[in-house]
Formats: sequence, C-alpha cells, structure tokens
Amino acid sequence: MSIDSCGAPAGGVTITKDKAGKEAIIEGQVLRGDGPLSRGYARLLGSDNEFVAEVPLGEDGGFRFFAAPGEWVLRVLAPGDLRLEQEVTADIGQVTKVEFLV
Amino acid sequence: MSRSDVLVGADWVAAHIGAPGTVIVEVDEDTSAYDKGHIPSAIKIDWKKDLQDPVRRDFVDKIGFETLLSDRGISNDDTVVLYGGNNNWFAAYAYWYFKLYGHRSVLLLDGGRKKWELDSRELTTDVPAREKTNYTASEQDAALRAKRDEVVDAIGKQNLVDVRSPDEFTGRLIAPAHLPQEQAQRGGHIPTAKNVPWSKAANEDGTFKSDSDLTSLYKEQAGVDFGKDTIAYCRIGERSAHTWFVLHEILGLSNVKNYDGSWTEYGSLVGVPIELGEGK
Repeated sequence: MSIDSCGAPAGGVTITKDKAGKEAIIEGQVLRGDGPLSRGYARLLGSDNEFVAEVPLGEDGGFRFFAAPGEWVLRVLAPGDLRLEQEVTADIGQVTKVEFLV
Repeated sequence: MSRSDVLVGADWVAAHIGAPGTVIVEVDEDTSAYDKGHIPSAIKIDWKKDLQDPVRRDFVDKIGFETLLSDRGISNDDTVVLYGGNNNWFAAYAYWYFKLYGHRSVLLLDGGRKKWELDSRELTTDVPAREKTNYTASEQDAALRAKRDEVVDAIGKQNLVDVRSPDEFTGRLIAPAHLPQEQAQRGGHIPTAKNVPWSKAANEDGTFKSDSDLTSLYKEQAGVDFGKDTIAYCRIGERSAHTWFVLHEILGLSNVKNYDGSWTEYGSLVGVPIELGEGK
C-alpha cells in the first residue's frame, strides 16, 4: 500500500491480521452467494453521513480504513444500484471487522 | 471555459471509442485497476511512475512529458479524454498536468471509472497498440501552479481552499482515512484556509454537482471570495486538482492555482504558521 499518496491501495485491500498499533482500523469484506463481491466501492461516512473516504473493493471483496476513533457509517456501492450500509465503532489499537452479505 | 467545454458523459465516450483523433486515457495510482479491465481503446498513465520525477519531488519535466506522450501515441492535435478511479482524483490531476504543458483539447469523463463501473458498462483487458508520435509540449504554465513561498504570502490575502477531510483539516488525522497515519509532518491547516472537502463537489456516483450547487458550496456556504485569487491544496495535490478543475474549468474562475506541494510540504516546513482545529 502506498503511503505517500491519497489514492486507493493497489487492487483494493486484502484482509490481514495486522496489529492495529496506534491506528483505529475498520476493515471487512463484501460477500455474495457465490463468493466475494470484487466490483464495487466501500465508503466511510462520518456524522450526518458526511463523506470521509472511499476505496474500491479488492479481489476478495475486502476493504480497510484507518479512521479516527468514533462512530462511523460504512456504505457499499456496486453495479445494479446495490447499496448497503452498516454502523461501526472504531477504537485506537483495534481492528473493527465488518462483513456485508449481498 | 464552462462545463460543456471540459466534461463529457459516458454516452459521449462510448460513442468515441476508437474514434480517430480521440485518445481515452485511464489515470490511476492503482494501475492494476486498468489491468483488470478498462474502457475499450483506453491506454493508461500511471500518475506516479509516468508523471513524477523519479528522484526529485517534482513533475517530469517538459522533455519527460513529451517523451511520455510520444511513447503513448498521443499527438498534439488529439482530443484526450481522461478518466480514473478515486472519483477522478488522479484523472483531474492529469488534466491539470496536460493544461500545464499546454495541451489544447482535454476532457474529463464525468464520474470517471466509478460511474462507468456502477453503470455496468463494458470493460476490456485488451491493450491497444498506438503508433509513436512526436509530441511537443509548451513550457509549464505558471499561472496554474502555486509554490510554497506564494502560498505563505497568500495567507490572509487570497482564498486558500483546503480540500482535505475535516479530520485532516483540524489536525485529527494527517492522511485520508483509507491510508496509514504514520507520516511525520505536523497536522493542521494553513491559517485563513477554508475547509471545503473535495467530496462536497461530487455526487455519490463520482459525477460533479451542478454549477448552481457548486457556486453555492464555495461562495455562499464556505465564503470563498470569487473576486480574489485562489489557491487550492490537499495533501499531495491531486484532490486539490479535482477542486482546481471545479473552480477553474467548470465555474470558469480565472485566477485559481493548485498547490501540488500541499500539506506534505507545508506541514513539514520550518517556521511557517499552522492553525489547528476548526477554521477561523
């Protein structure tokens, strides 16, 4: 993953067992009946659904955000007008796992 | 300059796939996106490997740009249609780049790769072969690019538009939330800057908001004085290229510059003023 740009990490994010350290990490996966959903986007929204960040889903349907601690909304967009949402809480030193089922 | 001069929709692009004199270019940081599938006939430009100097922190120079475009088969008379991921961040950055080096006909696909994908339009892995050209670039247009001394001098005089997220603006984060936060520079923003996150200019599908919404966003809601010169910045200059595109190309403001050094430069400068928290 590039750290000197604002862009998406190559090929989306593959879920790992990284230690969170000083980060508040939100990561997860989007699954459909026959496997991961790899074509789509995960958006991180703050209070009042304010946009914060967005990544394309990885080949494994995965995504990851390095958020500030607090309450967040995750929104998944995909072809076919697919739109899913979940509320999550991020804490420093923790990896908050989220799974979406289509 | 207005919206219809600089933006095209997906139908227009679909109708110009393979058209002589039109070159569709995908610009991504993540070049694997292109490799997994791209708009038919599109070529790719890697914003970092192709557009940045490999040693110094700067652009490729005029000769480097000429070499790049010649190798990719782009001629001076071609209409270049740019699109990319991240809501067109890097495509807008490349657009600004093409303008800096004086390319005459450049367009941006409204909504970029995301809109194209969400609409389930055709993608291909076929890579087109293009014959080399002999591209000639102009000298960089200094009217489009702000450098650090000019930015420091602009504090309290010009519009400074910080297009990062509110958490980056206030100093809570020093990078976007999908990237690690371990960078060493200080957090905060340039004093007197208005925080207008780039995302407020875009719809959820990546297309740009209407002219009236954009005018309201910057002028009425954020208090940007359209009668003054404006400098936009973010962290490395690509999100602010998106905002430069909105202000300069869509809304037609004349004196708008992109500060590509942005926060990674300003936040590491010794002795310059930094403001924390909400804007004042």
